[in-house]
Amino acid sequence: MLIERIRRHRTAPWIGGALIALALLVLPFALAMAGTAWVRITNVALLFVLLSLGLNIVVGFAGLLDLGYIAFYAVGAYVYALLASPHFNLHLPFWIILPLGALVACGFGVLLGAPTLKLRGDYLAIVTLGFGEIIRIFLNNLSRPVNITNGPQGIARIDPVKIGNIDLGTSETWLGLTFSGPIKYYYLLLLVLLAVIVINLRLQNSRIGRAWEAIREDEIAARAMGINTTQVKLLAFAMGASFGGVAGGMFASMQGFVSPESFGLTESVMVLSMVVLGGMGNIRGVIAGALLLSFVPELLRYTVEPLQKLLFGKMLIEPEVIRMLLFGLALVLVMLYRPAGLLPSEVRRRELTEGRA
Amino acid sequence: MSANATAPPSRAIVSGEAPASTTFATGEEAPAMSTLLLCAEGIAKSFGGITALQNVSINIARGSIHGLIGPNGAGKTTFFNVLTGLYARDAGSIAFNGTTLGAHSAYTPDAAVRAGIARTFQNIRLFANLSVLENVMIGRHARTRAGVWAAMLRLPAQQREEAAIEARARELLDFAGLNAHANTRAASLPYGLQRRLEIARALATDPHLLALDEPAAGMNASETRDLADLIRRIRAKGTTVLLIEHDMKFVMALCDRILVLDYGLRIAEGTPAEVRADPAVIAAYLGAPAAAAAA
Repeated sequence: MLIERIRRHRTAPWIGGALIALALLVLPFALAMAGTAWVRITNVALLFVLLSLGLNIVVGFAGLLDLGYIAFYAVGAYVYALLASPHFNLHLPFWIILPLGALVACGFGVLLGAPTLKLRGDYLAIVTLGFGEIIRIFLNNLSRPVNITNGPQGIARIDPVKIGNIDLGTSETWLGLTFSGPIKYYYLLLLVLLAVIVINLRLQNSRIGRAWEAIREDEIAARAMGINTTQVKLLAFAMGASFGGVAGGMFASMQGFVSPESFGLTESVMVLSMVVLGGMGNIRGVIAGALLLSFVPELLRYTVEPLQKLLFGKMLIEPEVIRMLLFGLALVLVMLYRPAGLLPSEVRRRELTEGRA
Repeated sequence: MSANATAPPSRAIVSGEAPASTTFATGEEAPAMSTLLLCAEGIAKSFGGITALQNVSINIARGSIHGLIGPNGAGKTTFFNVLTGLYARDAGSIAFNGTTLGAHSAYTPDAAVRAGIARTFQNIRLFANLSVLENVMIGRHARTRAGVWAAMLRLPAQQREEAAIEARARELLDFAGLNAHANTRAASLPYGLQRRLEIARALATDPHLLALDEPAAGMNASETRDLADLIRRIRAKGTTVLLIEHDMKFVMALCDRILVLDYGLRIAEGTPAEVRADPAVIAAYLGAPAAAAAA
């Protein structure tokens, strides 16, 4: 009764929001007590949320299946790595590189979008898959004749983000609290994520967002409504790619090292799975999907081994194998029981639960 | 009046100039240019070896309801697709509302909408999973401007535009008798209302010419009556209507003039009474012996 009354009170959303904000602010210190590794895992999860939100624009809003999305992440990461590392002896500040990375990734998004405008569904998926591989192979081989990407060895000693005289790569103590590097990155990521979520929400409920949905629903009808489908599709690719680029830049500075290995097909599929599992087109769903698929494998990594030791006295199945098994199982179950995703968007829910008239 | 498909295609229609070669099949004076909304001349379109349209011309007066009839496969929908930029025409010119519409491949559906030609489809093409209101709001796309930056920053102009889009969409839902269904998923609407929604969505583009492809198909008698009423109200608001229809009673009662196509050729054009009495039309619909008997 009391809970119900509290829930209905008009200040409830504000109090709820404040509680969530407080929890998010305190979270890294709680995690740090369990080990800095957990803060790092959380940061990677936040990066995946960023990526999923970017891909959601292309796949969820505009309905264009993109299997090479990780290429834009790679572009963003390498832009950061090349401009802030000893490799070219360039050390530009992050507030120049991050927007630049977004811009370059955006350019690649248009580059991929332009020739694929007439393709849909399977065909588009194949071309984007190829594009993702092309970028990775280029990164792998652009070490000769002129060494640009340093090939498979990757680029190391990338500068951490510096804001004023706060270096996000080192530990500092303020007000008796130890802010380690990962904790500082956590706050930066949270800030970027907040901005990306706001942008996503605003785009969804706008003229452009509706045009994306129109193209997803019926391209011919969209054209008959005066929508320039060429332009609007390119815009979806460009926006999605920009978010990927920003995430890539954050990744490069956080890890301090990039190599082509981090940008394979598996990563593309992973991000797509997050979008589909959480609920295409629904921002909350996509966030939930990304967090779930980032954390559950890590949890398994820490539980599978001790559990087997406890039960059988030795390791029977490698944790990695179990992870992939459970991963596949989870996807199959979601597709069977919640085909529109865990938190489906209103549109998808309608689409998949009501019959077509 | 007789089959009139022999006039050579005149491609030099400059805006504002009354085309000299335009023949009104009924022999009456061609209306002055200011009263003409659309003037299509010598339109041709073929697909591989199949000629779908051959030298088709049509003049549509402002504020009229113009019918386009013909047996199945006559080229009616092809003509619509050419007119609305979905197909690039092989030959011919279209003067619309005082300007010449770009030739061939440059003339795209969005150019048609911007020029003021909106359409509906023979097989209803709604944005099935979006709400009724969203469907009509999408129709405002060509008449609004806000881009990505305006939306991201929520600029005041964008906010105002959004409010205007919704207000206009609700107004049109009201006009089409759909305001009780604003939040319904489009595909869940009854068939007759889906047709009306498609019309409301087309009206959202502020067209001068509304092209309806078989709007009464599959409707029962009372739905058809309501539709005729809606079309008359659209005309009363100043929008010219061009419609393809097989329901002859509906066409004859509603249209001011009718163009008849058969095998991609214009075989007759005139008022409903003239078209009904035309031997070429009777032959096309009932076969040559019937036409001979009627004559």
